[in-house]
Amino acid sequence: MNGKTRETVKTTYRDAIREAIREAMRRDERVFLMGEDVGRYGGCFAVSKGLLEEFGPERIRDTPLSESTFVGAGIGAALGGMRPIVEIMTVNFSLLAADQILNTAATYLHMSGGLFNVPLVIRMATGGGKQLAAQHSHSLEGWYAHIPGIKVLTPATLEDARGMLWTALADPDPVLIFENSTLYNREGELSVDAGAVDIDHARICRQGNDITIITYGASLYKVLDAADILEKSGISAEVIDLRTLRPLDDAAYLSSVAKTHRALIVDEGWRSGSISAEVSARIMEGVFYELDCPVERICTAEVPMPYASHLEQAALPQTETIVTTVKRMVRKNG
Amino acid sequence: MNKQETTQKETDKISREHALHLLYQMLLIRRFEDKSAELYSAMKIRGFLHLYNGEEAVAVGVMQSLKPEDAIVATYREHGQALARGISAGAIMAEMYGKQEGCSRGRGGSMHLFDAKTRFYGGNAIVGCGLPVAVGLALADKMQGKKNVTCCLFGDGAVAEGEFHESLNLAALWKLPVLFFCENNLYAMGTALRYSHSVADLSKKAESYAVASASVDGMDILAVESAAKEAVEYVRGGKGPYFLEFRTYRFRAHSMFDPQLYRTKEEVEEWKKRDPIDTFAHRLIKQGLINDENIKELEMKVEKEVNDAVAFAEAGTWEPVEDLTRFVYSERKRT
Repeated sequence: MNGKTRETVKTTYRDAIREAIREAMRRDERVFLMGEDVGRYGGCFAVSKGLLEEFGPERIRDTPLSESTFVGAGIGAALGGMRPIVEIMTVNFSLLAADQILNTAATYLHMSGGLFNVPLVIRMATGGGKQLAAQHSHSLEGWYAHIPGIKVLTPATLEDARGMLWTALADPDPVLIFENSTLYNREGELSVDAGAVDIDHARICRQGNDITIITYGASLYKVLDAADILEKSGISAEVIDLRTLRPLDDAAYLSSVAKTHRALIVDEGWRSGSISAEVSARIMEGVFYELDCPVERICTAEVPMPYASHLEQAALPQTETIVTTVKRMVRKNG
Repeated sequence: MNKQETTQKETDKISREHALHLLYQMLLIRRFEDKSAELYSAMKIRGFLHLYNGEEAVAVGVMQSLKPEDAIVATYREHGQALARGISAGAIMAEMYGKQEGCSRGRGGSMHLFDAKTRFYGGNAIVGCGLPVAVGLALADKMQGKKNVTCCLFGDGAVAEGEFHESLNLAALWKLPVLFFCENNLYAMGTALRYSHSVADLSKKAESYAVASASVDGMDILAVESAAKEAVEYVRGGKGPYFLEFRTYRFRAHSMFDPQLYRTKEEVEEWKKRDPIDTFAHRLIKQGLINDENIKELEMKVEKEVNDAVAFAEAGTWEPVEDLTRFVYSERKRT
């Protein structure tokens, strides 16, 4: 698929996000970016490289290492009429700001009886696979999806990396965007006129009839690879990218499972109390009698992420495991 | 010595009308809080209830210095601030009753009073969590070229939180128009200041972040008012944040569940001799600005306002249970 046409341009996930930020900054003067090393350093993952030069230090703000305070300041700025994009280096650091996210951003509208909404966007890197060990590698987006009052987005594709930000900024309520750090270098073709995308719906990335594989974030590519392999064995997998973990687009995966009668969920979060557990429960509640076999899940092993590569890879969901699990599910219940 | 003289001068200058206004506001808070305690015992008000008795001079003095377009971020002991800011006693009482006529529709309760008209951003009940929000409100004002200030009220307990230090640092670094107003009532719930702070002089902490600071007698309404005005002038002038410590005292328990094992009755009685309302009233009488009759009239007016508030709350209605999940997300669309 190297069909580069006039309508597309080769880009990366990182550049797509940068372009989204740049476009938002140009279109709306209320938008500004703040976080650790977003300016002079160019962003921990180089997402904001060059933006300081283009927009200046008033709008590209390097903050001290004070997650709780710069997230809280984002909340205040949003309340005060701005449209801040707050960048947190990784989801693990976001726990230092968990109080502001959960106790303030997610509660203000409700506690004030509808008076004060918080139009704040928080972006952060998430996920393992880069040997960053147990304090930089976790996938806690499913955990954030537990919280009413915020929205949780997990762009996996270039289109979503490019398009989710603007929609999130237009949202009247707090939106968290989780960027899997293994995706930043991912290359692909993106339409030259790519822009805002909807954040309300899951997407069927591949049509199939034998099983529905539900996933999100970086795991999408492992699932798509697995689906290719399975096709060679005559198994047709439907692949759903959830895209948004809160609110979940129930209709999308329930109707797919009603068609394929089997469901596998692939989730880079830990298994216990995960978003995969939630999706699984909703499948039971919604389409239990359509199922030919129990719903299964492939999640990250329940260990703090180890440093050694072979152990880290063993902890994460892998294409091979997806293939063998699907084969077993389909064969046993064929 | 100098502070004493300034206060004396301020006292001399004060108009009768303004004196009566201050006294009325403080009395209103006192009686409102007493009534709230009564209604708590009568089980009309539930949850946590933190009363402001003893600290009235701080809220009333501070609010005199602010303009309507300024923002306020308060704590969970905020009935006094809300009243002094001009949120109606009825809306606050109805909130504590859990009625939908309450200022937060009964969704917040005593600890979460909100009001858009007066830019009153809570009612924040995680100690220290209001400071970053105040920094952000000030940042928004500054970036939009507005001349507003944001007044953040918090207690001595919050000074031990990381967010205090992060917020003062950031506000100073970015020269933001934030008033960090610390109501030091000597206790973080039941833990005395000396058991929570290695450096008990709180303004020293502000100094270490290059934040202008001062300490003032929080039992003296005129001292509070003049110190707050000075701070507001400094901050509105674009010089950056200001930290002001009000040395005050809470006469009642921390909340309604507090047997007060951590302090002696003698200590409380000693502070009550410095009651901000009594001392101010006596001072005004001594100066011949008002007489006992005037105070009686004020008390009657206050009683009526409080009774009206209770009547308003009593007559309030319960939000239908079908509305339970409203206000989790905005009802208006993306813009």
